[in-house]
Amino acid sequence: MSVVKDGYKNLTKGIIKENPVFRLVLGTCPTLAITTSAENGIGMGIAATVVLIGSNAVISLLRKVIPDKVRIPAYITIIAGFVTIVQMLLKAYLPAIDKQLGIYIPLIVVNCIILARAEMFASKNGVIMSILDAIGMGIGFTLALLTLGTIREVLGNGTWFGMDITGGIFEPVLIMILPPGGFLAFGFVLSAINKFTSLKVEHKDCASCPMPCGASGKGEEVKL
Amino acid sequence: MEERLIVSSSPHIRDRVNTRKIMIDVIIALLPATFAGVYFFGTRVLLVVMVSILSCVASEYLARRIMKRSNTISDFSAVVTGLLLALNLPPSVPLWVAAMGGVIAIVIVKQLFGGLGQNFINPALGARIILMISFPAFMTNWVKPGVDAISSATPLRILKDAVLIGRLSDGTNLSGFADLPSYGDLFWGNILGCIGETSAAALLIGAVYLFARKIIGPEIPLTFIGTTALLTWAFGGVTLFTGDFLFHVLGGGLLLGAIYMATDYATSPMTLIGRIIMGIGCGVITAVIRLLTENTEGVSYAIMIMNILVPLIDRYTVPRSFGGGKYNA
Repeated sequence: MSVVKDGYKNLTKGIIKENPVFRLVLGTCPTLAITTSAENGIGMGIAATVVLIGSNAVISLLRKVIPDKVRIPAYITIIAGFVTIVQMLLKAYLPAIDKQLGIYIPLIVVNCIILARAEMFASKNGVIMSILDAIGMGIGFTLALLTLGTIREVLGNGTWFGMDITGGIFEPVLIMILPPGGFLAFGFVLSAINKFTSLKVEHKDCASCPMPCGASGKGEEVKL
Repeated sequence: MEERLIVSSSPHIRDRVNTRKIMIDVIIALLPATFAGVYFFGTRVLLVVMVSILSCVASEYLARRIMKRSNTISDFSAVVTGLLLALNLPPSVPLWVAAMGGVIAIVIVKQLFGGLGQNFINPALGARIILMISFPAFMTNWVKPGVDAISSATPLRILKDAVLIGRLSDGTNLSGFADLPSYGDLFWGNILGCIGETSAAALLIGAVYLFARKIIGPEIPLTFIGTTALLTWAFGGVTLFTGDFLFHVLGGGLLLGAIYMATDYATSPMTLIGRIIMGIGCGVITAVIRLLTENTEGVSYAIMIMNILVPLIDRYTVPRSFGGGKYNA
């Protein structure tokens, strides 16, 4: 039973409890850059999720073969392979999305979320768990991008997925779909989430924590 | 009792000056410009000013309350921010834009960073820039003073176009310069622009008051205006060194920005050298934006960029303490 329980935990932890964008604050570059509309958010989220599932699975399978010293180049190579596949698929079947996301599709290679999951999870766990972890993290990433994309598109353009939903009751605040609006929306959502969840976070050992406080090497848990 | 006994670490300076008195002096200094705005653009300006101030004070009160901090509306800094913001808006601005500007200035630019003295850019300026980017149509809808109230181009835009035509025709076609408002209009205020920037005379009266009361030093305004004048004189004309620098000084937001916004205590350097660096930096950026970009006005961006550099300037202009050695930055 515990396998099922662990699997469920690994699948769901990425959605809210360890949400890669709002809790681990990873992958902020694509988050800020492409969330100018809800559609872009979904597109980017799904593309990254596909890459994440593929890379987590392959890295987990190869985790005993890859020498420790060259593991990062090896991970990057594997990730780059999947990114290339996703990019070609997008170009072939969804050229509109590909055009919208532009350079940010190839840049998934250097997305910290994917490398972080490879380093923190896939290289230490079995393939099934790694795939579940990837799905959960991917859903979390997609939801975060959808949230920010929705806020920015509704406020900044008065539309949602291109549909006019506000009916012109307020003047669109143009700054929200420009880069400063990305920082504003991200900051407000992040602070709101911290406000409502900070008491419920359970602090585990430093091994599973991406925060730099554990980088002292002492491995002691920092009590907040 | 807590109000009367102020417990703090040394040095203890005995002076009657406090935040509230400084803020009231700034408000007094801004009154001539406000009245000039009302005189030239009509009584609607009064409404814009009131909405802006009310919005700032209400935001300050609510933000402090929600963040469970002490109530600070009695230091009048929110009133100054509201007044400055209103003076930075065009007279025809919708009232809800002014109200929103107040919320942006106080909540986002000031209180989220810790309140008075902790903001890294001038709140009124930050709000103006955010509004400018968000609602370009409302923020650049200039109305000519007088009963006609027709929209038209700002003095700096007319000058820019005239210089451009002059340059393209190798100095033979100077017809654009005929449309320029006279220096008298520029000085007394019969030109279109933001509420507060219209009358140079009113702004200078306020400046003299602030200098006389020693609320602000003349370093930043003088270096800022001087640098802009020098650069626009050298590079702003049809040929080199023929630029109309007086027009650049009087025809836009330079005086308002240099006197009232670049000198904000929280966002200007502490030392004399630092202030001079800040003034020159503001002047250079203003001139570059006015002369080399599509924009005609660059004062607000210049001050914002230098505001962000203030901690760096302070770091490299630490004065040598008496008896102390060289400061190691």
